Amino acid sequence: MKKSLLALSALSLLSILGAAQAQTADTLAKVKDSGSITLGVRESSGVLSYTLGGAKYVGYHVAICEAAVENIEKAIGKKLSVKYQPVTSQNRIPLVQNGTVDLECGSTTNNATRQKDVSFANTTFVEEVRIAVKANSPVKSIADLNGKTVATTTGTTSVQTLRKNKRAQGITFNDVFGKDHADSFLLLESGRADAFVMDGSLLAGLISRAKNPADFKIVGEVLSVEPIAIMMRKDDEGLRKIVNATIASLTKSGEINKLYDKWFLQPTPPTGTKVGLAMSATLKDALKNPNNHPAEDYAAKLQ
Amino acid sequence: MAWEWQVFCKDTITGEATAGCFGKGGEITYLDWMLSAWGWTLSVSALAFAVALVIGSLMGIFRTTPNRWLVALGNVWTELFRNIPLLVQIFLWYHALPGIFPVLKGVPGFFLVVIALGFFTSARIAEQVRAGIQSLPKGQRYAGLAMGLTLTQTYRYVILPMAFRVVMPPLTSEAMSIIKNSSVAFAVSISELILFAMQATEETSRPYEVYGAVTALYFVSAFVVNRVLIYVEAKVRVPGMAGAKA
Repeated sequence: MKKSLLALSALSLLSILGAAQAQTADTLAKVKDSGSITLGVRESSGVLSYTLGGAKYVGYHVAICEAAVENIEKAIGKKLSVKYQPVTSQNRIPLVQNGTVDLECGSTTNNATRQKDVSFANTTFVEEVRIAVKANSPVKSIADLNGKTVATTTGTTSVQTLRKNKRAQGITFNDVFGKDHADSFLLLESGRADAFVMDGSLLAGLISRAKNPADFKIVGEVLSVEPIAIMMRKDDEGLRKIVNATIASLTKSGEINKLYDKWFLQPTPPTGTKVGLAMSATLKDALKNPNNHPAEDYAAKLQ
Repeated sequence: MAWEWQVFCKDTITGEATAGCFGKGGEITYLDWMLSAWGWTLSVSALAFAVALVIGSLMGIFRTTPNRWLVALGNVWTELFRNIPLLVQIFLWYHALPGIFPVLKGVPGFFLVVIALGFFTSARIAEQVRAGIQSLPKGQRYAGLAMGLTLTQTYRYVILPMAFRVVMPPLTSEAMSIIKNSSVAFAVSISELILFAMQATEETSRPYEVYGAVTALYFVSAFVVNRVLIYVEAKVRVPGMAGAKA
């Protein structure tokens, strides 16, 4: 009895896992059927995607996704109700794969490992991994981190970047891992860490919201360049075409520069702080020559 | 779904599979990393359990003494650490207290987590030890005192040898709980199994394999503790009491 019960529960667990994997790749047909589309959003991913509280999500990537939804509505000839599903670094890929989320509008790095599981639209943001330190810190580059304590956030690509640099430069430092970006920033603020290595836009956003932004600065070389893109299910060419066409038309009309200006250079809700991060040359280039090259291609160029 | 267990043989920097799955010459594979994370989980748990056992027993004993100051101390200790969620306690030890007492800034996070987890569990152990002592007939204490033993001697030679044997079963489950509770240590940057699972999942995109292996390690750890303590429990069981072999 006991054994058969165990076997039964193991079987049902497997079938749940199996069902989670089996999702059709035709999102357009799916949203046409259900009349609703689910956007994956982040609680706090800088100004790319964040919440204003309640069920209100905004940001540069959310705005691009909303423009894409308008075009999806045109393509299927039906008004859609838009749902927002908050996702985390850990669950975003499974949720896209199992159909909970149709279009992920967060801050996901497009890399070769992930391209095996999901598809990415053309790059709409290029992230540069940098070092944030306190304003009075002597640290000026990665080499100065020798013997120091460096914070970064669990579940991000920056941890790997840091590890690679550690070996390449032959330096040693202690790493501490915050459970989220706010936590890692607290480690820097409280002096538990001498530096915080993370995506530049996130660092700029955290510093702008700090009690005293003048206490912090971003220093050093660019440790890694990562293309950030809107994510969707693998092999869903129909949806990808519409999203890419949306990005292309936003770029052509200059609308995307206005969006960038709105989120990165102007005061942003809810507190009215400015991130103040000018568009990088790599992003300008990516918009001029639309592509969905993974991070590995950018890394090759960096060296 | 295709399983891809080779993911553990990959190098954590290059992502290339390594022959033999263990990194050589400073290279670290995900398997190496996971075993080291397991080590952190076990060390946090073992040290925290030692702290919990010592302090918990002491507080439990205090609560049964005739001295009302000691009783009050034991009660306050138990209620304080039992009524605050573990994760909150860990944050208090890691972020809040060092802000108030700068001397704590120099203490490694590992020890703060051991203290937090140890104190949290000590409150639960104090409660069990108190219950164990109070489950003994009052006559045993009076007999000890009537024979001319001091209060300390009565506890040492009469009450505690019985009480600890009575509370073995709940202590076994505390020892298993502490291994599982140690998973919150990831929140303050201890590279234990959950932190490994979160980070390795991010890097390898193989969540089922990574979490599967981590789950198995937690299960094995808690199960081994369970088997060992059940053996000890059987050895020290008081003859004639519930559950003892005739």
